[in-house]
Amino acid sequence: MLSFALFELAPGDYFDELRLNPAVSSQTISTLRQRHGLDAAMPLRYVRWLGSVLSGDWGISVAYNTAAAPLIWQRAGNTLLLTASAAFFAWAIALPLGIWAAAGRRWRGISVTLLTVTLVAVPEVLIVLLLMLLASEFRAVPLGGMHLAVPGTALMLSALPVFVAHIRTAIAEVLDLPFITAARANGVPRLRLLIRHALPAAANPLITLLGLSIGMLLSSGLLVEAIVGWPGLGRLLFEAILERDLYVVVGAVMLSAVLLIAGSLIADLLLYAADPRIREES
Amino acid sequence: MRKPVLLPLLALILLHVVVLFAGFFSPYDPAAQYRDMPFAPPTRMHFFDGAGEFHLRPCVFRWRADPGAADVYGEDRRRCYSVRFLVSGAQYRIAGLWRSRLHLFGVEEPATVFLMGTDEYGRDQLTRLLFGAQISLVAGPVAAALALAFGTTLGALAGYYGRWFDEALMGAAELFLALPWLYLLLAARAFLPLHLDTRRAFLVLICLLGALGWARPARLVRGVVLSAKEREYVLAARSFGATDLYLLGRHVLPQTRGLLLTQASLLIPHYILAEVTMSFLGLGVSEPDASWGLMLAGLKQYHAMVAHWWMWIPAVLLVPVFLAYYALAQAIGGIEDPRLKRPV
Repeated sequence: MLSFALFELAPGDYFDELRLNPAVSSQTISTLRQRHGLDAAMPLRYVRWLGSVLSGDWGISVAYNTAAAPLIWQRAGNTLLLTASAAFFAWAIALPLGIWAAAGRRWRGISVTLLTVTLVAVPEVLIVLLLMLLASEFRAVPLGGMHLAVPGTALMLSALPVFVAHIRTAIAEVLDLPFITAARANGVPRLRLLIRHALPAAANPLITLLGLSIGMLLSSGLLVEAIVGWPGLGRLLFEAILERDLYVVVGAVMLSAVLLIAGSLIADLLLYAADPRIREES
Repeated sequence: MRKPVLLPLLALILLHVVVLFAGFFSPYDPAAQYRDMPFAPPTRMHFFDGAGEFHLRPCVFRWRADPGAADVYGEDRRRCYSVRFLVSGAQYRIAGLWRSRLHLFGVEEPATVFLMGTDEYGRDQLTRLLFGAQISLVAGPVAAALALAFGTTLGALAGYYGRWFDEALMGAAELFLALPWLYLLLAARAFLPLHLDTRRAFLVLICLLGALGWARPARLVRGVVLSAKEREYVLAARSFGATDLYLLGRHVLPQTRGLLLTQASLLIPHYILAEVTMSFLGLGVSEPDASWGLMLAGLKQYHAMVAHWWMWIPAVLLVPVFLAYYALAQAIGGIEDPRLKRPV
């Protein structure tokens, strides 16, 4: 609703740009507007739009001249692929790194903190551009198109420091608890202690982080997609704004919100499955 | 305990003073073009002139374009032009108010001094970097101040008066947080005309960031206010007949100081980055004015990215700026955290 309201305030629509074109008559434009339902009053259009969204019709992309829904869904699939693979690799690297930093002497923590703080301070624009430079210098991976290497790594690197910092704090907090000391006194081996005892106890904040990270990854992903040219939701939104393509903008923003909410829903369900205390409460 | 705050704070203050006097520290006008010198590399300072004689005063050689290849330059070693200090040059304004022509350094025409090279139109990168910082680095603090002012007001009202206002506001905050922030920013930007002049684009961006960023600080402030208003001394003051306004201003809101300072030092780099991102994407500040994001947009051209390293300077400079802000956030968090200050 918010996104629709915002776009309603927009001065002009796609057809205003057409008006500048002398080859298109004003007669044609008003016919086109009528066909796309842009001439109705605002509340009426909102009700109409809401009804059609619920029935699966997301309006028409005037720039691509196709129905908006399949276009958006297809792009969202690409974004999901990019986000999921980046998130997977980020977790795969952050988990051991965070545990390693939390479990050792002080210098480990300090060196990992230095690494994460530096990575946090590097703007995403710089990460993406540097990776593109590297890729073009060594010609190891193809640039642009549908190759995951550059956008995936960039997105992974932008999410990594946050993950590592959270995992490290969560594990460090658990390691101070008495049951860990007891387990250690019982002679539980170090690795087993960390993975079987500490990690499950620290799972709660990490699962919450998993849900929260979706929004972060989507936002960074928008920029990455726009620069690298990955045909995802973010790039579609960016182009639709430049072309004043109303239904696509609204649909893309709406779908990003849906993805985010789905992410936190999944996190909640995981939390429910992982933590018996939460199951008891409800 | 004060030391970790002092260092990043001093560094940031120094940076902003330099940026405030951008005109003084830069040798040219940010829009001045040397069309015959696109992508000229940084000018080298010499202490030995063409004949090999030593001078204490540095001098520069002119760049001579290689006739065979585009954007390749060699030094014209026939004459070394002395660098002059405190010279009169292009007119500029300090903080938009005072006019001046005084520049820290310059070199007599026809020689040019580009300490960080030039961009595709032959504009001095150092000049554009300093003037661009007036937009990029200032957008962050102003937008953060706006967002925090909104957030604090709404959060304090919600936390203090509660009831339906609290519920409505937290519902709205939920709605704002439910959208990925860059998507939200872009969607909000979409309802404004695409092409704006710099002053308007800057204002629009700041207001958008401020208006969209209230949700998180409002939630945090609400939490603090909720717990602060239940304290005994607040009850005591209330029983003495203190008004709501007095209670809020004197007893409740001061509790949020640490939170707000930490939030500010986290939001500022976030918003600096937002401005850079928007301008980079072509939705923020527009030519001929300078902004760091706009300068980076040049890197979208492949040959600029690969062949001219000085085009990367704005992006690289963001790193120490962000580091300073994060160090500040860490230090403030350490000081203001009540558990560290007063073990209750």
